[in-house]
Amino acid sequence: MGFVNGLRCRECGKEYKTEAKYVCEFCFGPLEVVYDYEGIKKILTREKIASRAPNMWRYRELMPIDGEVTISLPVGFTPLVHAKSLGKAWGMDKLYLKNDAVNHPTLSFKDRVVSTAVIKAKEFGFDTIGCASTGNLANSVAALSAHAGLKAVILVPSDLETGKIMGTLVYKPTLIKVFGSYDDVNRLCSEVGARHNIAFVNISLRPYYGDGSKSYGYEIAEQLGWRAPEQIVVPIAGSSLITKIYKAFKEFELLGLIDGVPTKVFGAQATGCSPVTTAVKEGKKNFKPQKPKTIARSIAIGNPADGFYGIKTINESGGWAEDVSDDEVISGIKILAEHEGIFTETAGGVVISVAKKLLDQGRLDPRKETVLCITGNGLKTQEVLHGHLDEMETIHPRLEEFERVYKKK
Amino acid sequence: MAVTVRVPTPLQKITGGKGEVSATGANIKEIFADMEKNFPGLRERIYNEDGELRRFINIYVNEEDIRFLESEESAVKDGDVISIIPAIAGGSR
Repeated sequence: MGFVNGLRCRECGKEYKTEAKYVCEFCFGPLEVVYDYEGIKKILTREKIASRAPNMWRYRELMPIDGEVTISLPVGFTPLVHAKSLGKAWGMDKLYLKNDAVNHPTLSFKDRVVSTAVIKAKEFGFDTIGCASTGNLANSVAALSAHAGLKAVILVPSDLETGKIMGTLVYKPTLIKVFGSYDDVNRLCSEVGARHNIAFVNISLRPYYGDGSKSYGYEIAEQLGWRAPEQIVVPIAGSSLITKIYKAFKEFELLGLIDGVPTKVFGAQATGCSPVTTAVKEGKKNFKPQKPKTIARSIAIGNPADGFYGIKTINESGGWAEDVSDDEVISGIKILAEHEGIFTETAGGVVISVAKKLLDQGRLDPRKETVLCITGNGLKTQEVLHGHLDEMETIHPRLEEFERVYKKK
Repeated sequence: MAVTVRVPTPLQKITGGKGEVSATGANIKEIFADMEKNFPGLRERIYNEDGELRRFINIYVNEEDIRFLESEESAVKDGDVISIIPAIAGGSR
C-alpha cells in the first residue's frame, strides 16, 4: 500500500482525490501529489533503501503509486560518475555526472517518469497511454507500454530525428507525425485526451508522471553518500525535472535521510529556446513563451508547462541560469565524449557548455561539489555531429599506407 | 466586434454547459468584460485577486498566444476565435 493522500493545486491549494486529473478546476493551476510524510518517516530509513535492488523503486514509498510495482524492468539507479578528467580541465575536484544516458530501457531519464505513469495508468484502469514527445518520451512510452501490455498512441513533431522515430516504431505503437512544433503537438494531445480515453502521460497523468523524476534526485543524494550536492546544473525543457530534483532533496531532508539542502540549482537551455533562462537573467518571475529554433530538440519547449516553478526553484535556491548557442551545444557533446567517454545528446551538450559558461562567469564555484545532469544518449541524435568531427582516411591493407596516415596524427 | 470564445471544460459550468459562446469587444480585455455580464462568476476564474490574468491560463486569438501579441490589449475582429487553454496543456503556434 502506498502513501499518497491525494492531489493538491500548487496555486490555490484546492484538494482533489487520487484521480487522473492534472489541472485545478478553479484556477487552472497544476496539481501535485500529496504524500503522508509522517507515515513514510516511520518506516523509511537509509538502511532499508540501501538493502533494496538498484533501481528507482528502492524509493517506492516516495513514489505516487498505491499498489505493487507492476513492471519488472529495472529503471533507474544510473551511475554517478566522478568526472576526474573534465574536472581537471576545469579546475574542479568534486565534479560529478549523473548519467541517465544509460538509463534503462530507452537511454534517457524519461524511463523514470514513464514507468511511474504506466503503473499509475494500470491502477486507474486505462488500457491505452499516449504522449506528445520530442523523441525521448516517445521511445520510452513505446517501450514501456509494450512491456506492460498497454496500447500506445504517440504524437511527435513531423521533423523529428530519424533515430528517434525508429527507436519508437520498433515497439509497434500508433505513431503519428504532426506538422508543427512540440508545443502544437502537446496542445493537440490535450484536446485528444479530453475526448478519448487515452491516458496522456505528460498531460492527464502529469502529477504522477512528474514525480517519477524525483528518483533522479534521490539517487544523486544517496550516491554522494547521503547528502545533497552544493551545486547542480539541470537541462530545462518543460521545467518539471529541475523542480522535482530540488523537491527530492527537500523531501530527503524532511525525512531525516540527509542533513540539509545547500544546493544551488542552475538551469540550462539552448539560446534558440530559452524562455526560462531569459526570465531568470532578466529578473522576471514568469517567462514569455518563445518559438523554438535550436538543434537541441529534446529540450525545445517554447511554452514550458512548469516554467514558472522552474524559475522559482532557481531563484529560491540561490542559483542562476544560462543558455548557449547551437555551436556550443556541439562542443559540449564533444568535450564530454573526449574527457569522460560519455556520448550524450544535445541536451547534455547544453548542460556541459552552460556549466563551463557559468564557471567562466564566476557563478559556479569550482571548489564546490557539483553535479551535472546528463539526461539522454548521443546515439539517438548522431545527425547533429555531421561535419563537426575529424575526417577519416581510407587506405589499402598495406603497412606503408597505415604509417603514412598514422604519422600525420 | 463579435467573436467566438472556446471555453474549457472546467468553465463550462458557468456557461451553462456550452463549449463555445459569442462575445463582443475590441480587445481581449473587453471580450472578457462582456462575458462576465452574461456569465457572472467567470471573471474570478480567469483573473486573480490583483486583477491580473491567472498564471496558468493561456489565451489564444486564432491559435496565436496573446503573449506573442499585445496581451490583454490584443485587438480582435469579427469572426475571430478566442481560446482559453490551461497552461499545463501546453501549446503555442
